Amino acid sequence: MTTQLSTPVNRQMTEALSLAKGEPDWLAALRAKGADLAETLEWPKPEKVRIDRWNLTALGSHKAEQPLASIEELPEALRELSADAPAGFVVQRNSTAVFKQLSPELQAKGVIFTDLETAAREHGELVQKYLFQAVAQDENKLTAIHSAIWNGGVFLYVPKNVEVELPLQALFYSDDAAAAFAPRVLVVAENNSRVTYVDNVVSAYADGGQTLAKQSIIEVIVKPGASVRYATVHHMADNIIDLSIRRAIIDNDGRMEWIVGDLHDGHVLSDTQSYLKGNGSNSDAKAISIGTNAQQMSLTTGAVHWGRSSESNMVTRAVMKDQASAIINGITKIEKGATKANGVQMEKVLMLSPKSRGDANPILLIDEDDVKAGHAASVGQVNPEQVYYLMSRGISKQDAERLIIHGFLAPVVSEIPIEAVQKQLQRLLERKLEG
Amino acid sequence: MATQFKIDGLKASIEGKEILKGINLEIKGGEIHAIMGPNGTGKSTLASALMGHPKYEVTDGEVILDGEDVLEMAVDERARAGLFLAMQYPSEITGVTNSDFLRSAINARREEGNEISLIKFIRQMESKMKELEMNPEFAHRYLNEGFSGGEKKRNEILQMMMIDPKIVVLDEIDSGLDIDALKIVANGVNSMRSEERGFLIITHYQRLLDYIKPDFVHVMMQGRIVKSGGPELAERLESEGYDWVKEELGIVDETVGQA
Repeated sequence: MTTQLSTPVNRQMTEALSLAKGEPDWLAALRAKGADLAETLEWPKPEKVRIDRWNLTALGSHKAEQPLASIEELPEALRELSADAPAGFVVQRNSTAVFKQLSPELQAKGVIFTDLETAAREHGELVQKYLFQAVAQDENKLTAIHSAIWNGGVFLYVPKNVEVELPLQALFYSDDAAAAFAPRVLVVAENNSRVTYVDNVVSAYADGGQTLAKQSIIEVIVKPGASVRYATVHHMADNIIDLSIRRAIIDNDGRMEWIVGDLHDGHVLSDTQSYLKGNGSNSDAKAISIGTNAQQMSLTTGAVHWGRSSESNMVTRAVMKDQASAIINGITKIEKGATKANGVQMEKVLMLSPKSRGDANPILLIDEDDVKAGHAASVGQVNPEQVYYLMSRGISKQDAERLIIHGFLAPVVSEIPIEAVQKQLQRLLERKLEG
Repeated sequence: MATQFKIDGLKASIEGKEILKGINLEIKGGEIHAIMGPNGTGKSTLASALMGHPKYEVTDGEVILDGEDVLEMAVDERARAGLFLAMQYPSEITGVTNSDFLRSAINARREEGNEISLIKFIRQMESKMKELEMNPEFAHRYLNEGFSGGEKKRNEILQMMMIDPKIVVLDEIDSGLDIDALKIVANGVNSMRSEERGFLIITHYQRLLDYIKPDFVHVMMQGRIVKSGGPELAERLESEGYDWVKEELGIVDETVGQA
């Protein structure tokens, strides 16, 4: 019998990890600091979801994988997910970055797109400058542990005034539930640059594997006038606990766009926030989720306004089936001094089963008078009037409900920036809805 | 064979309150029937009960379309059997585009593997939209979402034209339409007149009937058809109102089920 420690990392482990990976000293020191912090900090406590009852310490152990010579070596099902990825592509398998590619055009423009481990070695100064700036090591036990154990990941750096037309893509997959899976993504968009990044987080083994707590932390630094679009689709098997923290810091006139598809089959903690530090900064977050079986989900989108005339918009749509439960929080916070700020949010939940649960909690925290803010939330079932209307045109009840459910999610799905990803999302939606 | 539609002794209630108290009406292919009457006399209930709205319970009577028992059918089966109701208040459905919806409706009438080709569908829809002077952009808009009253009505007529039903019920299709829109809608309906198709037009104004000439006019009060005649009946109702009908029949309160 093994005993699970409440803190499954320590200094010896991280030092061994850094040594094995040949990491620079500054990084080894940060990992060790994370391990120390993890011992004293508490797990985050999201509203009404007892994540402390999840097996959060089943982090797996570091395992090295062989690099891929080309994308062709990926399993067919995984290769399809990202289509051609002509601009750039990074692949992580379990604990290891196994493939990276960036078009020569983008390399020539000074764009960096590689795994974060490589970046820490090759672009140490840049990485060191921004790592943990959006999500600090010492926020809680999750951020501390992740700062100690993270692996693979992505570093995306877009120089000043560079506009990247095609999306850069990443694929993170787990096919060994005993291996640690903790990608960390760091995106830095310099002044007036523009980029779209899309990742898929998937598993590639049959259900029923041992529990694995997968952590990922995403940091996005949006410099003045820059624009970053970040789309992410999560769909792993139900043995995986998905803990994802995403955060952007947005400078003057910068723009951040989040598209989050939480279509995972296991428990989910998904927290996506924009820190609108700059005047005239702007953030838009769209999230969809489908809950099935006995899944528990804590889904949060947030926007914190410091900048004057900053704007945020958040839309979450969730469909709940079976006994799944989701607590959906929308948090708009406007700090004193953020005059003329405008924050709008809307959470909608569609319940397809009497045993499912969906709570929508819009939260407005406003410390400034001269602002606009709005929220709307609804939890409901498929509207019988709508079903009647569609049926009155000859459409079967089943098809009518299917159209309405897809329509409910469409405002988010239609925003996915890559056609292949959009189609894949559609397929996943079908699978989760029909399954 | 020309369409035969027969309503016989139809009674229906909502939340236990009887609204239709025995409706008898026969519509043959090629005929246009108008049902007129003041508000609250059961006209729209008739339309909803025929289509099978879940809130209305049919308690007695039968409805036969070409030998088939309509009341035995689910709403979608009624539609596929040839019944069409242009609704007074069509639902708005976010995320479902008008064209996706219409294509689903058409394909619901076709065998699997024999779906309408996209090109053919688009060509058909575009030409019908042009006839109705609809902005082509409405094909890609979400179903009725943000449509004005008049745009919704045109959209109902567009659906009728695309689906090609046997019996068309128009429930207050003229409400909320200005005179130009009314003419366009009437033209749409007139273009669909044929020996195979029967119409039941529900309205409380004569003005629609200036553009769509009915063969038969019925007056509804207290959940029944109380008077029937030809087009001249509609004209008299327009000039003299309903009081003379009430007087003739000894009706004091023409409404039904109004608490």
